[in-house]
Amino acid sequence: MMVKSKYSHPIDDLLRLDRVPYTWCPGCGIGIILHHTLRAIKELESEGKINRDKILFVTGIGCTGRAAGLVKLDAAHVLHGRAIPFAVGAMLANPSLIPIVFSGDGDIAGIGGNHLLHAARRNMDILVIMVNNFTYALTGGQLAPTTPYKVYSTTTPYGNPEPPIDTAKALMALDVNYIARWSVTHLTKIKDSVKYALTKRGFRFIEVISVCPEIFGRHIGIRDPYQLYVTLRKIAKTRIKPSFGDIKYDWNSEITCGVFVDRDDPGYFDRLKEIGVTKK
Amino acid sequence: MEVKVERQIRTGLNGDEAVAYAAYHADVDVIAAYPITPQTIIVERLSEFVHDGLLDAEFIPVESEHSALSAVVGAAASGVRTFTATASQGLALMYEILYIASSLRLPIVMALADRALSALINIHCSHDDAYAARDSGWIEFFAENVQEAYDLVIAAFRVAEDKNISFPAIVNLDGFILSHSIEPLYIYEGQDVVREFLPRREPIVKLDPDKPVTIGALALQNYYIELKRAQAEAFEATPPYIRKILREYSEFSGRKYDFIKKYMIDDADIGFLVLGSTAGTMRHVVRKWREKGRKVGLISLTLYRPFPVDDLRDAVKGLKKLVIMDRSYSFGSPYAQLYMDVAATLYDEPEKPDLINVIYGLGGRDFNEYTAEEMWEKINRPGVKKIWVGVRGD
Ligand SMILES: Cc1ncc(C[n+]2csc(CCOP(=O)(O)OP(=O)(O)O)c2C)c(N)n1
Ligand code: SF4
Repeated sequence: MMVKSKYSHPIDDLLRLDRVPYTWCPGCGIGIILHHTLRAIKELESEGKINRDKILFVTGIGCTGRAAGLVKLDAAHVLHGRAIPFAVGAMLANPSLIPIVFSGDGDIAGIGGNHLLHAARRNMDILVIMVNNFTYALTGGQLAPTTPYKVYSTTTPYGNPEPPIDTAKALMALDVNYIARWSVTHLTKIKDSVKYALTKRGFRFIEVISVCPEIFGRHIGIRDPYQLYVTLRKIAKTRIKPSFGDIKYDWNSEITCGVFVDRDDPGYFDRLKEIGVTKK
Repeated sequence: MEVKVERQIRTGLNGDEAVAYAAYHADVDVIAAYPITPQTIIVERLSEFVHDGLLDAEFIPVESEHSALSAVVGAAASGVRTFTATASQGLALMYEILYIASSLRLPIVMALADRALSALINIHCSHDDAYAARDSGWIEFFAENVQEAYDLVIAAFRVAEDKNISFPAIVNLDGFILSHSIEPLYIYEGQDVVREFLPRREPIVKLDPDKPVTIGALALQNYYIELKRAQAEAFEATPPYIRKILREYSEFSGRKYDFIKKYMIDDADIGFLVLGSTAGTMRHVVRKWREKGRKVGLISLTLYRPFPVDDLRDAVKGLKKLVIMDRSYSFGSPYAQLYMDVAATLYDEPEKPDLINVIYGLGGRDFNEYTAEEMWEKINRPGVKKIWVGVRGD
């Protein structure tokens, strides 16, 4: 049922408003991240730099994955962990597409981690936006590979004994064209970063630290969304051109944000052309 | 049969919790699993038992179901008792390892909270996942209620680890209908009680640095077929041993378990054959229909693999019609999965009932008295062979 509202919002035309109210919990960061991603698209469009009809918006399974059903773009809600190979496949068939993978940390760095690694290794021409809320939120808060050390999860009731993966940092070992990390408290940064990344070729990875007051917040004893934002604001420290050694992923001290990698190496399709495989 | 209540506790648990308690009481050594609805509660509870120090086991929260079953295969090969649980896409992701586990004769026990396969994304009950495992050499049980889910997991360990069997086993419980419904049940007071029925696992072969062996090696045209034949024969030889263990378990628990369950079938004209929780619904429906003078009866399978051929042949004797209810679909096959098993089972019988295939309940579509009535109307139309019930716009 279409909910008619007397208010309108600048990104309304990029959303399926008939799906409102969305299933995301009050205070959830995913909506904010999606909002700024869509704003970036909108601005690029008004600058004549992108055609929304060429965008392919791919999500895996999870709270974040629900975004595929909410955007008014060509979208696919695919298997858990398989958003990247789906986007790569679509891209290979139609290189004029602009694939945006938008999914959770468990989906991208956990069950789909191998795809992430190999798409990055190939400098595949896709943009991956990983919403990191430190947990498997949709299934109710189990341990994710990104869950901070010693933090409670429903499968590690006495705290996580495993050191987490710093996904953005791990990708720095591969020759990709863009890696950035922001938090949901950096609204303009998210938008600008997505905007910039969408104009680049090759593999582009943007991690956004989100807040999940419903599960992660509850697990760390900060159930109030506002308090969670304030806490995250203190932890997420932006650094300009941080060195590899400077980048931290530690909920108890610092999660380094900023642009970690920005280069312009040939993307996968450039390399295909270089060796004469494709004319496109 | 009388429940031996001395060392059992009457409590209320949902299906997932009951399964978790069963694995805990079975004193498993290694658990590896990945969360997926509607199974997640099983592994959450087990992780609590482990971390609370109640269950002396390793719990590995792996990064996918593929890793979960792989890890459990490794653990089982080293000779310990192992458990995992999954559903739907998770089972699909485990598919290649299903065959490894059974071919290596590893007595892993898995709980499967039956859920529809994508696409479209659905978290509710179909038997797609249960059927997906049917050719893989795993023993498969179906629970009708939460009590059975608990009991069958414990019995499944004895079955899987029996020296005459030594195959992995799946216990199916209908997603949400059982996994998330709280029902009253009896559980044992603890591991000590269950140990009397289920002693420690004694592996036939295990990975042991002092006596090195290689498992899972290459066998091409030279040996593969002999090994598969041997595996097939070993699997086909399991029913008497499974039956013996179920009988022992019945004695132990005071609750009767066998391959199939029959209700008002002996003098019935029309029989219904079901798997899982629908047996409960159909038992109620059959009772009501009997009051209306319809000569109906019910058969439900507790053991689905190996298929209880003899029991079924015997149970359908005298029926005019047998309605086989499938909560899944086999695209391109002449009929759905359970129907085809039954048709093959009865083919050589000199006298057999007419068979009708009913497809129902996919993706958790409710099957209730009203759907049953729709089914009754449709199966009595002349010449019907395959029908769908509970479909809007039909
Ligand atoms: C193969 C498979 N295994 C498990 C699941 C169950 N599952 C759905 S979402 C999810 C985790 C989601 O976590 P994340 O990717 O971090 O996204 P979030 O919900 O936190 O946004 C899991 C385990 C599934 N859908 N498919
Ligand atoms: S569970 Fe967490 S991530 Fe999911 S919608 Fe709620 S707040 Fe957001």
